[in-house]
This record gives sequence, structure tokens and C-alpha cells, in this order.
Amino acid sequence: MIFFDNVTKSYPGGHRGLSEINLHVEAGEMVFLTGHSGAGKSTLLKLIGLLERSTRGQVRVGGRNLTRLKRSQIPFHRREVGMIFQDHRLLHDRTVFDNVAMPLVVAGVGHSETSRRVRAALDKVSLLTKEKAYPVTLSGGEQQRVGIARAVVSKPPVVLADEPTGNLDPDLSREIMGLFDQFNQVGVTLLIATHNLDLISTLNKRILTLDGGRLAQDTRAKGQGPVNTMRI
Amino acid sequence: MKREKRRKKSAHISRRRRLHLHVWLLRHLQVALSSLGRLARAPLSTLMTSAVIGISLALPAGLYLLLQNVQELSGSWDGAATISLFLHQETSAREAGELTRELGLRADISSVRLIDRDNALEEFQRFSGFSDALRALGGNPLPAVIVVEPTTDHSTPEAAESMLSALRALRPVELAQLDLQWVRRFHAITDIARRAIAVLATLLGLAVLLIVVNTIRLEIQHRHAEIEITKLIGGTNAFIRRPFLYAGLLYGLFGGILAWFLVVLGVGLLDPPVARLAGLYQSTFELSGMGLDASLILIGGSTLLGLGGSWVAVGRHLNEIEPS
Repeated sequence: MIFFDNVTKSYPGGHRGLSEINLHVEAGEMVFLTGHSGAGKSTLLKLIGLLERSTRGQVRVGGRNLTRLKRSQIPFHRREVGMIFQDHRLLHDRTVFDNVAMPLVVAGVGHSETSRRVRAALDKVSLLTKEKAYPVTLSGGEQQRVGIARAVVSKPPVVLADEPTGNLDPDLSREIMGLFDQFNQVGVTLLIATHNLDLISTLNKRILTLDGGRLAQDTRAKGQGPVNTMRI
Repeated sequence: MKREKRRKKSAHISRRRRLHLHVWLLRHLQVALSSLGRLARAPLSTLMTSAVIGISLALPAGLYLLLQNVQELSGSWDGAATISLFLHQETSAREAGELTRELGLRADISSVRLIDRDNALEEFQRFSGFSDALRALGGNPLPAVIVVEPTTDHSTPEAAESMLSALRALRPVELAQLDLQWVRRFHAITDIARRAIAVLATLLGLAVLLIVVNTIRLEIQHRHAEIEITKLIGGTNAFIRRPFLYAGLLYGLFGGILAWFLVVLGVGLLDPPVARLAGLYQSTFELSGMGLDASLILIGGSTLLGLGGSWVAVGRHLNEIEPS
């Protein structure tokens, strides 16, 4: 589903965000991305969501070569990739319902269909009762769940999450990861960047470790793939 | 399970295609209404922007209307260009009368009046105060005069001038005079006024454009977060642009309507005193207001300026916002 072929991302001034990354994430996988701050986790996710473009090498998502994608095609690519952020990025002058509906409105989905799917997404994150609330009246965990509902409402095949539990306590973090696991069960490919090593070590999923912009370690989940741990 | 899903998806796609145009129109209507709603939620700033546009456009529109009225008034002044034909001394009264009749038949002449020698003398004695001197001369030194008034169509300086040279060539005419000086001056003044108004209208139109550019620019800055998030979730540039274009269009429309209203109000206020003044001159002159054409041009032009301004602002500033 997601291919990185010798991908390097360098910034003006010579700083390297990523160096020669080779990576393949299969459809339906749930992968954690760890590493120190500045190791390149966010950069890797940004390349997939086309918030940035690689300097060298090829990124392919769902058969689409992002290196050659025209600017005008970027919106249509992003509709296939749900993104979740540490700071939620909700619109505070709109209700929970309107926030979650945005991807459907943007894609031109009809009114009744939108209502149905927004309610289904809110139901999944247990926020159906808060659809008329404004984000500021919600707790951090609730706001993050609104962000998650917005990312999955249009049923994208790929969902990216950048530090989704960064500001949450362990219980809430576990709850959020549980949600991701549920999406994974129905076939969504997930890539989650996180610092929370304690939590992910209990989940038995593939873990990619970045260090200084390089892929340092690729730990497969038990019972999946030929090698449990591969040092690169 | 998978096949079922695919079938559902393809059914969904075909349904969407059928509804495509319908959805497109509906979406435009929705955006237009939501832009209207957004403006209505900030009535004061909407009113201020529209008022600035309205006043800016009412000024040249009002001046243009004034000029139009002045020209209409001048058109109704008979004898704007009067040609006096001084006949040779030896021309007989019969010849003079015949010439007068002939001229009266011409299509480009609205009226002809003969002042024969006796009448001319009488008039001169009455008005000049030289009656004693004339009496000392013995005979009547004054020629007969035919006063010719061209029709309105032929009162322009050029037409009157060519008529003058035609009449000058007539045999009994010794001297033909056209008092065009003031007609020329009047035309020159209205030409200057017309050009000044055109310059003013251009400048104020540009001002309106800049006002809208600035208003929309601020609006884009204000909604920075929303634009960024919309781009993140796959909103196309056209989708993001649309509400701003509608906002600019609505500012222009409101401004145009306000300008129209101000001009109509101005005409309404000026009409009674103008009618009174006209009455004092035994004239039935009436101020003419904005016609349908002029109204449509004013409001339509204002709307286009609003749309153009927002187009400029959106083109310059929307691409600067990229999610990171």
C-alpha cells in the first residue's frame, strides 16, 4: 500500500529530514513509527500526505506515484489519506458535527448521506451525544476523538496519525489505540507516529524506529512476516 | 462480502454521476447562501464595506446624471446656433420674401424670420440710442436680415458651420454670420466635464476594486486555519476559492444597490427646486433620473468590480496558505 524507494528529504540549508528510506507497508497493516524528536517521524508522514515532497527517491501510495503527482491532483490524494494530529486541528467556530462532516462536504457528498456517515463515525468514537457541542467545550481526549472521526468519516484506505496520544493520560491513550485497532480490523492501513513505547510494546504490531532520519529498526509483529526483528 | 461492497460502491458512483449537475448547482447555491449568511452575521462591517463601495460609485454616477441633464437642457434651448443672413442693399423686399419662403422649406431649418429694412431700422432706433445719428444720415443704411434657426440635429458646431457656408453662397446674401462661439464653449465645457467624470469613475472604480481586494485579503487571513484544514482534508482550490468569490460578488452587489439608491435619493431631493426654477423660466424641464439601462450598468458594474477584486485577492493570497 505504501512504498518508500530510497527516499531522501533534505531541507534548505542542508538539514536532512530523512535519508535513503526503503519501506513497504502492506494494505491492512497497522504500523507504529517511533524515534526521538527530530528523527523524521513527522517528515515521513508528511511525505505520505503530500504536505511535503521528497527530495530524492519515490513515494508510492495505493499505486499512485506521489513524486509525479500534479499540484491539482493533491486534494484528491488527500481524500484517500485520513490525517490525525497531536493538536487535533479542529475548527473552533464549528460544531463537532460540522467538523467531522468537512471531508464529506469537500468531496461533495449529499446532505443525507453526510448526516448518516458523520453519525456513524461519531458513534464509533462514542461522541454521538456531543454532535452539537463546540470543540472548546470538550476534553482533550474527546477533541482527539473528534479528530479521529473526521479522519475516518470518508473511509480512506490509509490513516496517518502524528502523536495522537501526545497529550493524553495512559488510560485515554489506550482507548485511542483501541480505536485504531478497530479500524485496522476492518482493513484500514494505519501509520501511527508515537513516543509512547510502553503502550505500543503491549500491542503486538509492527514497529519502525527512526534515528537521525534513517530507518534504524523494523520490528515485525509476532506471527507475521519471516523475521521478528531486523536490524538495518 | 467484498463483491457486495464493490457493487454498492459502483451503484453509489453511478447515482452520483446522475446527480452531478444537480449537486453542482445545489453546492453553488449553498455556498452563495452561506456567504450571504456570513455577511449577515457581521452586519456592521458588511454595511461599512458596502457603504464605501456605494458612496464611491454614487459620486461618478450622480455627476454623470447631472451632465446628462445639463445636455438635455441645452438641447431644448432653441436657437442654440442662429445664423443671420445680411442681404445686399439692392435686394428687393419681394426677393427677400421669396428667399425666406425657400429657406423655410428646407428640412434642416426649423424656422426662418425676415427682418426687412424698415423693421431693422425701427428696431435699431429703438434699442441702440443712435436714432438722431440715423436721422442725420437721411436714407436707411441697414440691410434686410433673415434669421435662420437650424433644427436641433443641425445645431452642432460642424453642421451649423457647413450650413453657414452653404447659405453664404446664396446670391442675395452679402454677409452670413453664425454666433457659434458660445455653443463651441458649451460643448468644450461638457467635453471636459465628461472626461473628468470618466477619469473620476475610473479612479473610484479602481478604489472599489482595491477595497474589495483588501476586505477579502483580511477575510482570508482571518480564516487561515479553516483554509489550511480544508486543504488538509482534500479541499480543491476551487472549493476554497468559491465562498470568497461569492463574498466579493455580494459586496459589489450591495454597494451597487446602495449607490443606485443614493443617486435616486439625490435626484428626488433636487427635483422640486429644479422644477421651481424651471417654472420661473416658463420651462417644463424636468430632471431625468436613472433609466433602467443606467441602473443595470451601475449595479452590474459594481457586482463585477466586487467579483474582480475578490478574484485578485484570492489569486494572490490563497496559494500562500499551505498546510504543514
